[in-house]
Amino acid sequence: MHSSEVIILNNQHTFSIVGNSKNKSAVEKMAQGIFTLCAFIAILAVISITVYMIINGIPALLEVGLKELLFGTVWKPTAENPSYGILYVILTSIVGTVMAVVLGVPIGILTAVFLAETAPKRLAALVKPAVELLAGIPSVIYGLLGLMILNPLMYKLELFLFKDSETHQFTGGANLLSAVIVLAVMILPTVINISEAAIRAVPNSLRNASFALGASEIQTILKVVLPTAKSGIITAIVLGVGRAIGEAMAITLVSGSSVNAPYPFNSVRFLTTAIVSEMGYAAGMHRQVLFTIGLVLFVFIMVINISLTSILKKGDKDNG
Amino acid sequence: MDNSILKKGTRVSDCIIKFFIYLAAGVSVLLLLGIIGYVFVKGISNVNLQFLTTVTSTLKGTVGVAGNIVNTLYMIIITLIIVTPIGVGSAIYLNEYAKPGKLVRAIEFTTETLSGIPSIIFGLFGMVFFGNVFGFGYSILTGSLTLTIMVLPLITRNTQEALKTVPDSYRSGALGMGATKWYMIRTILLPSAMSGIITGVILAIGRIVGESAALLFTAGSGYLLPKTGMGFVNKIMESGGTLTIQLYLSMAKAEYNVAFGIAVVLVFIVLIINLLTKYLAKKLDVNKRQ
Repeated sequence: MHSSEVIILNNQHTFSIVGNSKNKSAVEKMAQGIFTLCAFIAILAVISITVYMIINGIPALLEVGLKELLFGTVWKPTAENPSYGILYVILTSIVGTVMAVVLGVPIGILTAVFLAETAPKRLAALVKPAVELLAGIPSVIYGLLGLMILNPLMYKLELFLFKDSETHQFTGGANLLSAVIVLAVMILPTVINISEAAIRAVPNSLRNASFALGASEIQTILKVVLPTAKSGIITAIVLGVGRAIGEAMAITLVSGSSVNAPYPFNSVRFLTTAIVSEMGYAAGMHRQVLFTIGLVLFVFIMVINISLTSILKKGDKDNG
Repeated sequence: MDNSILKKGTRVSDCIIKFFIYLAAGVSVLLLLGIIGYVFVKGISNVNLQFLTTVTSTLKGTVGVAGNIVNTLYMIIITLIIVTPIGVGSAIYLNEYAKPGKLVRAIEFTTETLSGIPSIIFGLFGMVFFGNVFGFGYSILTGSLTLTIMVLPLITRNTQEALKTVPDSYRSGALGMGATKWYMIRTILLPSAMSGIITGVILAIGRIVGESAALLFTAGSGYLLPKTGMGFVNKIMESGGTLTIQLYLSMAKAEYNVAFGIAVVLVFIVLIINLLTKYLAKKLDVNKRQ
């Protein structure tokens, strides 16, 4: 599409084939250039984030030592003889995320089935906006509710369970289990919305064929609809994992304030909450180690993202 | 006899699974109602005119979040001014100029990646990159630039979706009448895609209002109102905590009344944003049918 070949009525009310086509093609080129530049900003951002996370995260790894840092279990960054073992922090993030997913995903998928398959239309029309609203609520509010509702309940449970224990350190309810429940609630909307879309995308002909063979509604859902929507549901789960492992503010106060092994009633720190609660006052090597924690989190997220892309690609191939 | 198709039998396992489906849906809905209800019951009594229009001051004995509301507005406006042109431009490039290939795949992959990176990582990056390297320190500008990268995928993707729904006949029609490509984009495509762009912008506002982890170490926690005329400009380079940051800080200081008051304001904003996007989506649908 060369503008010089196009007849142009320009602003001076003169009719000309050539006109100011030079100007126009300059404007054209500039527009294209600017749009291309805009598109490159996403690439640039990801590259610079990666580079800066590595630049800031690696020094502590080298100085403290890979083994002591990643596999050490003693976290005393401000002691006279500081120790920077973040194994428990890493384990807490993994265990917490897995527990939240185990708790939240079944509820999420079943709710999605309800919305897309079994619910009367009117009821679904009421529930759907509710779920969307749940997705929009800021994470600090989940944290506030966790702190005000869950922690007192957990404390009661703790008092009951450990009343004879002499070794248990009481946490006042701020423990791994509270954080897991908050995370499970927070991943619900993600899981519900994406699985619902996947279930709705299953063609009706498959359902009808299944009914015609005499299958009941539930059999059709379990053996036909859900297997067909598999790649969408896996996407939902992976996104849920990403959201749970990356969440910070909601669980900072709910999960307690010391680094411990990830048992349900221990006060724990996640990768994210360690950064949030200590970055404010950390200095020197302590600060560097917090960046290493950020790098570990970044690596986890990148692994999740890349596996997500390959799942989506495979899903495309299956459908195509 | 029991196998007769005339005798309508229900499987026990079907009933059990159906029960679980309804139970799960019930739990989801109850959770939402519980969350909204609890926040309103606890917080609504703390929200009054003074709470919304004054700044917390021990001298005057007032408790208020006016400064945080102003900061939130600053954050929204500055971020949108930067991100909207970039996001829309990027979508136009992807949809109108680029030929499918490695480059487009790279751009789409990085956009996807950006939307998956947790906000705390954006916070760390913004603190080092915009705060230290660029020297903006803890300021609203640092926060806005950080949020810009964060919400970029939202704008790009929504604009792209909207551009895809513009029929090709519009494009060939405009080009056939002698319009240049840029003229066609400016006068035909952008107006047709406007409701999609606005949806993206509103979703971005929702994300900005709700964001906290990315702002804690970039925008800081200032809560004072700008005083003089120049103060409004200088504010951009000063630290400013948004509503969510103030909510977090109040919660950490065990000032739960303030925290619940802010929570009510935030839930209210989220409600409005949800209704707006829904309204726009409906409008977009109507456009599609025509």
